[in-house]
Amino acid sequence: MCLAVPGRIIEINDAADSLHRVAKVSFGGTIREINLACVPEAQIGDYILAHVGIALNVVDAEEAEKVFDYLRQMDDASGTKEEAL
Amino acid sequence: MSDDPKDNFRCPLPISDYPSILVAHGGGGKLMHQLLEKMILPTFSSDFSNNLHDSAVFEIAGTRLAITTDSYVVRPIQFPGGDIGTLAINGTINDLAMSGARPLYLSAGLILEEGLPMKTLWQILQSMKQAADIAGVKLITGDTKVVDRGKGDGIYINTSGVGIIEHSLKIEPRSVVAGDAVLVNGDLGRHGIAIMATREGLSLETRIESDCAPLWSSVQSLLSAGIDIHCLRDLTRGGLASALVEIAETANLHIEIEESHLPVREDVRGACEILGLDPVYVANEGRFVIFLPDSQVSRAIEILSRTVSGFTPVRIGSVLNGDRFSVTVKSTLGVARLLDMFSGEQLPRIC
Amino acid sequence: MKYLDEYRNPRLASKMLERIAEKTSRRWTIMEICGGQTHTIIRSGIDRLLPDKITILHGPGCPVCVTPVHIVDKALELASQPNLIFCTFGDMMRVPGSTADLLSVKASGSDIRIVYSPLDAVQIARDNRQKEIVFFAVGFETTAPANGMAVLQAYEENLENFSLLVSQVLVPPAIEAILSAPENRVNGFLAAGHVCTVMGYHEYMPLAEKFRVPIVVTGFEPLDILQGIEMLIAQLEKGTCRVENQYRRAVTEDGNLHAQRVLSELFDVTDRIWRGIGMIPRSGLTLKEKYRRFDAEVRFGLGDGVVSESSECVSGLILQGARNPFDCPAFGIRCTPEKPLGATMVSSEGACAAYYRYRAKTLERTG
Repeated sequence: MCLAVPGRIIEINDAADSLHRVAKVSFGGTIREINLACVPEAQIGDYILAHVGIALNVVDAEEAEKVFDYLRQMDDASGTKEEAL
Repeated sequence: MSDDPKDNFRCPLPISDYPSILVAHGGGGKLMHQLLEKMILPTFSSDFSNNLHDSAVFEIAGTRLAITTDSYVVRPIQFPGGDIGTLAINGTINDLAMSGARPLYLSAGLILEEGLPMKTLWQILQSMKQAADIAGVKLITGDTKVVDRGKGDGIYINTSGVGIIEHSLKIEPRSVVAGDAVLVNGDLGRHGIAIMATREGLSLETRIESDCAPLWSSVQSLLSAGIDIHCLRDLTRGGLASALVEIAETANLHIEIEESHLPVREDVRGACEILGLDPVYVANEGRFVIFLPDSQVSRAIEILSRTVSGFTPVRIGSVLNGDRFSVTVKSTLGVARLLDMFSGEQLPRIC
Repeated sequence: MKYLDEYRNPRLASKMLERIAEKTSRRWTIMEICGGQTHTIIRSGIDRLLPDKITILHGPGCPVCVTPVHIVDKALELASQPNLIFCTFGDMMRVPGSTADLLSVKASGSDIRIVYSPLDAVQIARDNRQKEIVFFAVGFETTAPANGMAVLQAYEENLENFSLLVSQVLVPPAIEAILSAPENRVNGFLAAGHVCTVMGYHEYMPLAEKFRVPIVVTGFEPLDILQGIEMLIAQLEKGTCRVENQYRRAVTEDGNLHAQRVLSELFDVTDRIWRGIGMIPRSGLTLKEKYRRFDAEVRFGLGDGVVSESSECVSGLILQGARNPFDCPAFGIRCTPEKPLGATMVSSEGACAAYYRYRAKTLERTG
């Protein structure tokens, strides 16, 4: 369940309290205001997972690559050379 | 039980579900289809009603003419890329063009709500004039009514149009044959998302403008190049999916489209992703599908890209033989799934 | 779009499928409990590309589907009140209560608004102080922080015209209920990634151990799901029952502690009725005493009536994996998305609706 979509933070409006801290987040160019109360560490340029108007977390860029490392290993193991991702 | 025949009339719609009209009955999806099939068409049945198309074609003194009508109730009445006036002209022109008819004359009925600013009305009238001029049609008759404040969304417009058919092709769903290619003239979903972005409660910021555009010049250029057009359909409410399902049903054929070939702009996709919408169901106002022989695809694409700037025509699928009508989409993983008409309005979802 | 497109790569998907086929030596039944995963699986056709030996069941993974009839009835009752703006996610509009749905209540003139976020409903409350604003707070653990945050904002701003109709449910108790059922045939679970983004996955460890089932926290794109399945099959073939995490870019073992703090500040755990399944102990959330005045049920004095469901609908068995939508005699005939008998046909994420939309029975036979 629970549609959560990765988007990139392009602007942060720091509020007086963390509860109202919001960002403009771009989803492929469409922008929506997303609340950052649950991701105080989020910075401009980060990708966050947005669900019903709040950021659930900051996408871990390093971990995101690992699934592809794994697939590359599969490629190597099977001896086929495929184009780079 | 009363003797008045009206009281004995048994409404064929599943009344237990929806005893009154819902917005979804006008959404271009299944509920609207049901309303047409069960109530409207049987009431007014004629030779025309079993070949449903965007406009009706008839012959007078050896001349083939097309007639169509459409009402415009869009909210907001002004939106990025156009307004209700632009839509009211282009929409009706497009319905004529989809029969291969050159649009000639239009009528316009304005229903104005008390309190509508004169300035807004003026802007809308200017949009209508401009759209009509661009398409080379004349608005020659009309009507104006005013309703009490609160009884309308500022302005509703109805336009009817008459066009002339100057070729011998039969451009209609029944001319579609297995082996035909299916083209679309450009990217999908811009109009629907541009409108939806302005809704309170969704508050999306986009640079997406409605794709609202007149389509006759594209059709004309295909016709004059001798392209053997089998069928045309403009994609409006209900999106690509509903248009294809309707055509497949009337032609009793199987249409298969490739998911990876569907053109959708990145920002439109972004909006669809966060709202949980499928671009094949999102409304368009300047897009149409073309059914034509496979051998003429590349020429048609070349002509379409040349005539209208901003159109990026692509082939999205083919017509196949089938023992019953259906539309399938081949997923990026190569599995065909059934594409259905949407049940009603497409609603943003969370899960 | 970054972090979406690369996980939809067909070449890598077919590689992953080969890999799964190589690993599978026996029959396995696995269950996902997430409407988003149901959607991806059926839409992309993953279920038909997997080896025949693997059966995928779609569990109670859609909060819209499991919202009980009596709560929908309360929503309809509230939405009909004058001087009240009823806000909801679009999904809930078509869910039938015992007599009607929100769409038809809207058609009769009620002010019902679809919002993207509960925080948008708070904004509507700020802008309409002379009216009551009720937000229909459905969802799993993923949605609970946003619903909770709406109340927190209203509380801090002394916004007295805002309240929630709460129907929050929790995933682990549902898994436990499924695994405890005598007819259970699930060998392993794909756990819903976004629930775990919030909650982490330590709650699943005792379940994996107690019932001897492997659980893999999995994302939502085709490659995520295929990798999740591969990890699960690897464990099943080896006979291990660990909790593993496929969705590492979004999930850590502890989850999001800030979001969890919002939950523990706002909500108490409570028993909840799941549509189609029945009461599951300690499977839901309710607003704490301190925030009780933001609870629409208390605020408007709504009764406790529980309504029974359509007797023909087998959505409960479908949600528990004991039936497939195609096994239901009403499927596609007396039960369609236009005229649903049960919630699994209503929500676009419901298993029946997904089957109906993408895999009509006839296509299944001929294709």
